[in-house]
This record gives sequence, C-alpha cells and structure tokens, in this order.
Amino acid sequence: MVGPPQTSFGPARRGSRLLRSGRGAVAVSTASTIVVLGAIAALFLLAPGSAAVRHTFFNPADMWKSLIGNPRQGYYSVGEALWLNIRMFLAAEVLILIVALFIAVIRQSDSPVMFPLRIVSTVYVDVFRGVPLILVILAIGFGAPALNLSFVSTQSAAVYGVAALVLSYSAYVSEVYRAGLNSVHQSQVAAARSLGLSHPAALRYVILPQAVRNIIPPLLNDFISLQKDTALVGVLGAIEANKAAEIFSDTVFNYSSYVVAAILFLILTIPLARFTDYLIARDRRRRLAGAVA
Amino acid sequence: MTDSPAGPDPAAPDPAGRDPANPDPAGAGAVAIEGLRKSFGANLVLDGIDLSVASHEVICLIGASGSGKSTLLRCINLLESIDAGRILLWGQDITQPGIDQNRVRRSVGIVFQAFNLFPHMTVLRNVTLAPVKALGASRREAEDEARALLDRFGLLEKQADYPDRLSGGQQQRVAIVRALAMRPRLMLLDEVTSALDPELVAEVLDVIRELAGSGMTMLIATHEMSFARDIANRVCFLSGGRIVEQGPPAELFTSPRDERTQRFLRRITDAGRL
Repeated sequence: MVGPPQTSFGPARRGSRLLRSGRGAVAVSTASTIVVLGAIAALFLLAPGSAAVRHTFFNPADMWKSLIGNPRQGYYSVGEALWLNIRMFLAAEVLILIVALFIAVIRQSDSPVMFPLRIVSTVYVDVFRGVPLILVILAIGFGAPALNLSFVSTQSAAVYGVAALVLSYSAYVSEVYRAGLNSVHQSQVAAARSLGLSHPAALRYVILPQAVRNIIPPLLNDFISLQKDTALVGVLGAIEANKAAEIFSDTVFNYSSYVVAAILFLILTIPLARFTDYLIARDRRRRLAGAVA
Repeated sequence: MTDSPAGPDPAAPDPAGRDPANPDPAGAGAVAIEGLRKSFGANLVLDGIDLSVASHEVICLIGASGSGKSTLLRCINLLESIDAGRILLWGQDITQPGIDQNRVRRSVGIVFQAFNLFPHMTVLRNVTLAPVKALGASRREAEDEARALLDRFGLLEKQADYPDRLSGGQQQRVAIVRALAMRPRLMLLDEVTSALDPELVAEVLDVIRELAGSGMTMLIATHEMSFARDIANRVCFLSGGRIVEQGPPAELFTSPRDERTQRFLRRITDAGRL
C-alpha cells in the first residue's frame, strides 16, 4: 500500500488521514503495516487450534460452494441471497429519506395546529430509537401476519423486514435531518420570508437545500449501518445473505459460508464508507478555503 | 410582476412598481405607525412608536445600538410580531389578524446588515427566486428583469457567481437588487453598511442614493450620519424605544432640541463620524 505522491502541503490540501504522505512516511507506514499484519498472521497460524479454525471458517472449497449454492443439496447461494439484502436496503433507504423528512419538519414546526402531530412524532422517535431493531423486526414480522388483516398480513418476510427497518431508521434519520435544519441560520429564514415566500417555499428552496448539504456525511453513515442491518431480517426466514450462510452451515457443518457473507457485506459497505470520507474531506477543504477567502 | 408593462425596459424600470397615475391610492401616506410596542421577554424594545411616512419620503432612523431601530423595521416587514399598536401601509392595517403576511412582505423590501444572500444559489437565482416562487412570474421574465436590475447596479457580470465569491459591497448590492426584484413600494434598510469594510461603504450608499432619486419610499436605519444628512427628508432619533426627536436633517443635526439627541450627536462628533 503506497499513498499517492503529495505535491502540495498547503493547509487546504491535507490528503488522506489514513496514509500520512511524504516519502519517509510511506516507508514507515509500509513497514509497520507488514509488521502488524505479520504478527496477527503468526498468532493465527501458530495457535493450537489454527488448523481446525482454518478448516471450519476459511475452507476455500466450502467458501466457493456456499457462494455458488446448490439447492439440490439443500442450501442456497449466499451471493444470490445478497441481492435480497441490496433490494431491501434500496427500498428502505428511499422510504426512510421521505418518512424521516416529514417527521423532522413536523417536529421543527412551531404552528399550534401541528401540536398533536408534534406529540405523535416525538413519541414515535423516542420509542423507535429506544427499542432494539431486532425486536421491531420480530414484532412486525410475526405480529402483522397474526392480525389476519387483508393485505397487511399476507406480505413476505422481506416486506415486513423493510417495514421494520423503515420504522426504526426513520427515527434516527429524522434526528439527523433536524440537526441539519437547525444548522441553517435563522437569518436565512428571515431573508426568505421577507421576500414574501411562504413557509413551505422557504423550507423547500432555501432551508432544506442548505440543511441537506450539511447532513450528507452523517446520513451516509446511517446508511452504511442500514446495509448491514438488512441481515437481521433473516430472523423472519427471508433468505438473505446471512440466512443463506446459516442454512449452508447447518447443512454442511462448516462455517466458511459466514465468512463469505462477511466479505460480501464488506464489498457493499466499504465503497460507501470511502465515499463518505471523501465527502467529509471535501467539505472540510471547502470550509477552510472559504475561511481564507 | 403581473401588473408590469410587457417586457423589461432597462432605460426606465420603475423599481417601486407604482402605478404612476395613482401613486397613493388611499391618500393616507405610505406608512402610519401608531403606538407601536414590542418587547422581547422583559426587555421593552419599542415603547410607543408613532411615525408616519409619506410616499417618496426617505427617512433615516438614527440612535445608539439597542435603541430599537432594527426591531422597528422588522416589525414593519412582519418579521416580528407586535405587542400593541398598529401599522398601516397605504391605509391598510397590516397588524390585524387574518392579514396575508406574505402579500404584505412582497410589497415591502428589507435589506439586512449581514446581507443574508442564499449561499447555495447564484446571484441570478438569488434575485429571481422570489419573483418566480412567490409572484408566479415565468423564469424567463424574472431573469430578464433581474439582469436589467443587475446591469443598472453594475453587477451583471456577477450573475453566475455564488455569493461567497463576491465582496461584501457586491453582496449587499445584490441583496438590494434581490429586494427590488419584487417591485416593492417601500424599502427598509437595516444598517446595510455596518458590516462592510470602510472602502466598500460608498458603493452601497451610491445605490441607495440612486434609489432615493428614483422616488422610492425608504426607511433607513443607519450609523452613517453624513449620509443621513445628505439623503434623508427627515431624520428620527430613537432612544429607549421611543422617537425622541425628528425633523429635517439640517435642523436636527445642527440644532437638536432634546438633550438626549444633543448628547448622542456630541458623542458621534467626538468620534469623528459627523
């Protein structure tokens, strides 16, 4: 791992925090990386149970088999099952962005007419931020079918899972939105209203665009978390990556499938994490540049 | 914007949007303020303001910081609710319940000390946002008109820039243009040069002078005494939330009657600001 050569040392261009640049620094970080990784590898390989762990968790043949799947042998493809995680994530993400925005705007409003709605949304946020996601998933996944209520009770486990994810994450994300709305200075509201813009118009064209800009990094952070938490929906029996890995290990008595699932989740989340870092760094550069100008 | 003559005419735009045939429909003057009181918590900021402003009149509000100048302007724009009294614009009470605040604000432009431009929009978008979204003007029409206004105040080549690329003086001129784009009948200027570097003050004051010359009715809170003397038809001195003294600038600045006015002006003179 070698960082890109750094040509400018100005305060506005810091480069990556992960790799402090400069020729000497690159050499040092390379050496220390090798030493640390070597030590961990030695510890792992020299442990008494190393051979057994390598066989049950990192067996290439079983990893490949679980990735591909074989329904005739009674287990599913972990790779294919990941597609369900991705779809649940995408559906939940869009819904969360919309629901959370409504809740945040309601909680931020000061109109007396909105008072009952404000109470409801405050209670909602308190409850769903406080209850563990897994309990929400179980409550919806087993509760909704038990209601025997037309279409509400006849959905797939994945749909109930998405509903639970949306309920839980919207509570969090609405707080992120609220922080963003508060970060826009009151004088911007005054400027917009003074021009005769209605409250919704001021919100839409002046306040929200600035708020959203401020909250993109924390928002993406929550979505990284959401990507992983789609794995919890497996408890309802939906064949997502984690569930497929579980079925494989129950059938073949080898845990390599879990490592495959873990690697697949990493492939999903790491790009989003790096993208978040990039946005944060860019924002900091802009702020520094703005302060100088 | 709907009642404007077709097509922008940069040679003769009427920034006040007045109907030339009937500049003062109610015959009641532009602004009439009666017994206005306003407090923030226990802090009484406006303690019974009475003031009337005729159409085309330019009034400067002077007084120490905290004397209530800004609050008075913000009340006229309905950015602050009032505790007692009433405010009439062209004969209509805008402080009674059920009034359409947005409509009132569309005819009253206000410019703030800190510019308050929208940082995420270009200069042109800053100017056209309200005409398009509040008045329902077409984007083309609003942009043509905005460009004409920007051109008039020497800002046309800045139309595609974002506010943070502009100097303070330029930002404040854009803020004035943004208010003018709504064709207000009354302009409120709240210490518009106080946040500017000294060398940038003149360009903004020139803009205000031009506005006064075009017949705009204006209420100007300012610390620029020589400017006030120069431009105002009438100067009001505020102290403790009241208008202590008012009169033509020549009179008020040279022979103030009230002892508080005398003291305030003496301090200003000592500071070399007059």
